[in-house]
Amino acid sequence: MLQIENVYKTFNPGTINEKKALRGINLTLNPGDFVTVIGGNGAGKSTLLNMITGVYSVDSGKIIIDGVDVTKMPDYKRAKYFGRVFQDPMMGTAADMQIEENLALALRRGKKPTLRPGITAKERIRFKELLSMLDLGLEDRLTSKVGLLSGGQRQAITLLMATLENPKLLMLDEHTAALDPQTAAKVLSITDKLVTSGNITTLMITHNMRDAIHYGNRLIMMNNGEIVFDVSGEEKKSLTVDGLIKKFSETSKGMLSDRTLLSD
Amino acid sequence: MIEFIQSLPSPIAQGMIWGLMAIGVYITYKILDFADLTVDGSLGTGGAVLVVLTTQFNVNIYLALVAAFAAGCLAGFVTGILHTKFGIPAILSGILTQLALYSINLGIMSGRANTTISWRNYKLIVSSKTDELFFTILKLIVIVGAIIAVLYWFFGTEIGRSIRATGCNQNMSRANGINTDTTKIIGLVISNGIVAVSGGLLSQFSGSADVNMGRGAIVIGLAAVIIGEVVFGKLFNNFVLRLMSVVFGGIIYYIVIALVLKLGLNSNNLKLFSAAFVAVFLAIPYWKTKMAVKQPASKDKKTVSQKEVKGNAAN
Repeated sequence: MLQIENVYKTFNPGTINEKKALRGINLTLNPGDFVTVIGGNGAGKSTLLNMITGVYSVDSGKIIIDGVDVTKMPDYKRAKYFGRVFQDPMMGTAADMQIEENLALALRRGKKPTLRPGITAKERIRFKELLSMLDLGLEDRLTSKVGLLSGGQRQAITLLMATLENPKLLMLDEHTAALDPQTAAKVLSITDKLVTSGNITTLMITHNMRDAIHYGNRLIMMNNGEIVFDVSGEEKKSLTVDGLIKKFSETSKGMLSDRTLLSD
Repeated sequence: MIEFIQSLPSPIAQGMIWGLMAIGVYITYKILDFADLTVDGSLGTGGAVLVVLTTQFNVNIYLALVAAFAAGCLAGFVTGILHTKFGIPAILSGILTQLALYSINLGIMSGRANTTISWRNYKLIVSSKTDELFFTILKLIVIVGAIIAVLYWFFGTEIGRSIRATGCNQNMSRANGINTDTTKIIGLVISNGIVAVSGGLLSQFSGSADVNMGRGAIVIGLAAVIIGEVVFGKLFNNFVLRLMSVVFGGIIYYIVIALVLKLGLNSNNLKLFSAAFVAVFLAIPYWKTKMAVKQPASKDKKTVSQKEVKGNAAN
């Protein structure tokens, strides 16, 4: 499904701000994998995601999706493979456009826009059904501007947009970090529902260790631009928060300084 | 006063022409979130192309208007390329095209700064001749109405929606597979095409195309957009009504100008007046939000931030 081969990325090379963000990442995702990604600030998690989706270019290495080498493909062309949800709830939707318009845009992801109507009556009916599944009362607000919604509602809509046309890969970049705990839990359960019902291959970055253990079938831990820990199946199920923290302090050679990693 | 009301058709017609120009500004400034200064040049291009084609090449005036549209589109295309392919900031791209257009407009008019077109010699679409003002206004209603109808259709299509999404959230647009370079270029092309049509009409109304006719056009366009928003914003909330409010904004602007001239403002100070007028109208929404924050809303703000703190701690 996704193959990352020996990817390197350095920001501001040759300057005092040089940052080796990724140092030789190798990762293969199998169809249907739901992978949670943890690691301290600056470990390279978001860089990895942005590299896969094409927001940044790689210095060296290869990114292959479904057998297609996309390493040099611009982000908007690559978008047809991905559904993306960002940490900032404002980032994934167009605030001045209606809920149905946002969904219609996502439905056309990867297709060349034409002079056909931007939304059809049939699509409206489908959007209504999908929105009622979210159970947020949005099914009667198809023509409301997204900007009027709360952060949690916007994030739920972004999720729906991301999974609308069963993407090859779903990329979640700490998509519940900016929400209050109750809303975060709700959005996470919607995530789980959409991912498992569509059997979508998913990469989810999280700072919450409990969520990282609870969700998905595979967990990877990053530190200093490398993948330091990769577990799946039964081994992952038996993980504990304490065990993970211990693992982290081992791999980071005692440099356990990241506050956000510890909190859960 | 009665005399003033009797003289109103002229500023109304002029306001409608500038209102059409302001629709072009609305597309870039409001929909695309791109402050495009190309318009100061493309307005003159539209005027020059129409007048030269009609008077020197005997082209049908409606065809000449279509040619003016095409010339404006080309100007917008250049700005779009400068911005997206050359990586030049939006405002500077527009300024560069605008500057280049000054020479180009002079070139179109064979080096003359002013080329006349008179209703005495040509059958004009619009003219300021008093006994034709009524028909001029009627024709303008048809032309502006048709353009609004086409824009309404266009911004409802897939391409149109992509342009709106680009102006609203570029990040989201690219994540949804929209080539934001292309959508920006299309937006600029359409906008400047409409501005050039307005220039073509304006040259007929004022009796000549002038190399300086577009100077400060962006300010008048913005004035129309903002007046329309301030006066009709609460009432008009669908796309057609918004575009109509822009045209009404242009009309109101020209009535106000006619009034202050009548009250004795020296016409040399007109541009100063326009700039001050637009500055105040731009400031009103900003001042409104500042006032809203200072007053009881501050209580709400506190509860929100406490909630956030709690949320972060629990994470």
